[in-house]
Amino acid sequence: MSLWKKHAIFEKNSIVLVVGILIVIAVGGLVEIAPLFYLKNTIEKVEGVRPYTPLELAGRNIYVREGCYLCHSQMIRTLRDEVERYGPYSLAAESMYDRPFQWGSKRTGPDLARVGGKYSDDWHREHLRNPRSVVPGSVMPSYSWLENTDLDFANIAQDLKVQSVLGVPYSAEMIASAKADVVTQATTDSPDAAELAKRYPKAQARDFDGNPTRTTEADALIAYLQHLGTAVDFKLYDDKANIR
Amino acid sequence: MANALAPQKQMTFGEGGIALTFGALALLSIVIAAKAYTAEYAFHAYLFAAGSLATVFAVVNRYYERPAALPPLLTADGKPNYNMGPVKFATVASMFWGLAGFTVGLVIALQLAFPVLNFDLPWTSFGRLRPLHTSAVIFAFGGNALIATSFYVVQRTSRARLAGDLSPWFVVLGYNFFILIAGTGYLLGITQSKEYAEPEWYADLWLTIVWVTYFLVFLATLMRRTEPHIYVANWFYLAFILTIAVLHLGNNAAIPLSLFSPKSYIVWSGVQDAMVQWWYGHNAVGFFLTAGFLGIMYYFIPKRAERPVYSYRLSIVHFWSLIFIYMWAGPHHLHYTALPDWAQTLGMTFSIILWMPSWGGMINGIMTLSGAWDKLRTDPVLRMMVVSVAFYGMSTFEGPMMSVKVVNSLSHYTDWTIGHVHSGALGWVGYISFGAIYCLVPWLWNKPLYSMKAVNWHFWISTIGIVLYITSMWVSGILQGLMWRAYTNLGFLEYSFIESVEAMHPFYIIRALGGFLFLTGAVLMAWNLWKTVTAATEPKPASLALAPAE
Repeated sequence: MSLWKKHAIFEKNSIVLVVGILIVIAVGGLVEIAPLFYLKNTIEKVEGVRPYTPLELAGRNIYVREGCYLCHSQMIRTLRDEVERYGPYSLAAESMYDRPFQWGSKRTGPDLARVGGKYSDDWHREHLRNPRSVVPGSVMPSYSWLENTDLDFANIAQDLKVQSVLGVPYSAEMIASAKADVVTQATTDSPDAAELAKRYPKAQARDFDGNPTRTTEADALIAYLQHLGTAVDFKLYDDKANIR
Repeated sequence: MANALAPQKQMTFGEGGIALTFGALALLSIVIAAKAYTAEYAFHAYLFAAGSLATVFAVVNRYYERPAALPPLLTADGKPNYNMGPVKFATVASMFWGLAGFTVGLVIALQLAFPVLNFDLPWTSFGRLRPLHTSAVIFAFGGNALIATSFYVVQRTSRARLAGDLSPWFVVLGYNFFILIAGTGYLLGITQSKEYAEPEWYADLWLTIVWVTYFLVFLATLMRRTEPHIYVANWFYLAFILTIAVLHLGNNAAIPLSLFSPKSYIVWSGVQDAMVQWWYGHNAVGFFLTAGFLGIMYYFIPKRAERPVYSYRLSIVHFWSLIFIYMWAGPHHLHYTALPDWAQTLGMTFSIILWMPSWGGMINGIMTLSGAWDKLRTDPVLRMMVVSVAFYGMSTFEGPMMSVKVVNSLSHYTDWTIGHVHSGALGWVGYISFGAIYCLVPWLWNKPLYSMKAVNWHFWISTIGIVLYITSMWVSGILQGLMWRAYTNLGFLEYSFIESVEAMHPFYIIRALGGFLFLTGAVLMAWNLWKTVTAATEPKPASLALAPAE
């Protein structure tokens, strides 16, 4: 009786075949995924990474909704040309509060991991309204409707609450003031800006969309873009401390 | 008299259960629609309500129309009484969604060449249409082809009627309802942004119910088989169904904001989420687009060539090694990222090893033609399927090559990946599905194919299309990669990013032309099948339709 004949066990018994398949497919995923949750050096210890402000989070949800990740990565690889073009390579810690992650898989447009602070709000406004007015040759769609659509943030506290259930360190105070924080951050010289910055260090608060009368989707998206990649101060970051 | 003797008419457990469940779902959907956070979500709730009410109506109507005693279904005239209704539906749906998906693909290809075609509207912008394209071709076209062929093959090779009375219909209709929810959701901006798993939590939940039913119908059919052995095609179908269930549950674990909101947040975050996503994403390729379609290959090629499978032992070896090794390959989507190096290295290693089982399958498929090579000249349907396996061999060589880290540093983020995917998608998945559908429609409707000449034209038009597509993407991808890393002799980056975008323009036009040719071929196919089904000719005593199963 050759060994090949033994395979008949699988061919003659459907439940054995099902169990066999389940065992065989389980191994790879378990070995590659499970350790990422307990190996401490998976995510570096760095200063400065904080949860998104409610306005940034709302902007991030617009980024997700419009499928920006299909053309823009947010992951600077450890390659010389990428570091010189986009800035310091991305750290795992920088996306630790990203649900889901937005690393992307295609660069039809440039990487956005460190786009924060690179361009003015004016530039972003113009660019979203008509990309080719500031970047001739761009193939990006225009997103002119964002500045004409009021941001829907009636339930933004719920977003923070669900994230806190998942382990993002949003405090009860942050959740309670979420709605007010959206307005505060989208207003230039708001008296509450200091409070906001206490809750969310280095949060930039101003009227991002150039229209002080409304809080629009453009406000949220630009606030998110201006924050991208600015959390960690790479002048102080010691990459030797986190050799992985 | 006759009435008095007839058994009392009663609802079956399935009829009653489905009517009640969907009645309750209709009520729940209407409540959700009334309290929904967004208008888009309310629209989906109304779709659910309408679908549920239609289901209740259809089931109750069937109860009134049918005779009191359900006819003995399992066998007819001493032969298995196959249930081909759901197979027919899924076959037609596959062709329909294929045309839709290819058309959207052509539109977004043109948008990249001519951005004015985004029309400045949310619903027609690239970011919302691209998931519509990928889901329509992978899950709608490919998924329906898989459901149709798996339900056909499992019945034929088990010599048993499909298990379940209403459940096969629930699988087919429920799956297509999922596609409707997913597709309209993308256009309305409902997405969780996980590539190839974009539908939100409620669509995922629905798909889970449909998929578990699919698994149970398939397994129960295997269990009532009258053949002693489970045929090799069914191993692959079973692995595909099981693994997709596991991947779907793992990757879509999420908490919704509320029952009344379409939005949810994924349980995983950052680097772990990236790993889970590409564990899912690469195995959506490995099991949805590979194992399932290998199931098609293992039935339809031997059948059409009238030759046995080349090697039984090879099929055992490559089945187990393929499903084992595929599960490790995900991290090659994350080379040089913030994913730990050990995981990247494991992913690359197993991706290279994966070349072997992949080619095992290719050899087994192509060599099945031993002794029947002349049929390639005379049968364009068989030629299409064999060329499909050749494309499979090509892209499963290219894939391991691109997963090597140094190659990947150039190819990643560029159009090379897009070209690679399409040599697999258009060449392998597309052609094996076309071949299977060209076989299935004449078998199911018991009529000869309307025009072999049109199949021949389809083959050549779309082959030219594929060649234009993949060659233009090779050139543009490699060009892009080289421009991004080019340095001047003074040590500065030579090109700005936008220069690399502008350099892509001619290749994007060639790619769109390739897509147009592929779509043209598919339109020709749909016309041919339409003429086949609607032809008034008397069915010939077709030998194929009555041929015994393997």
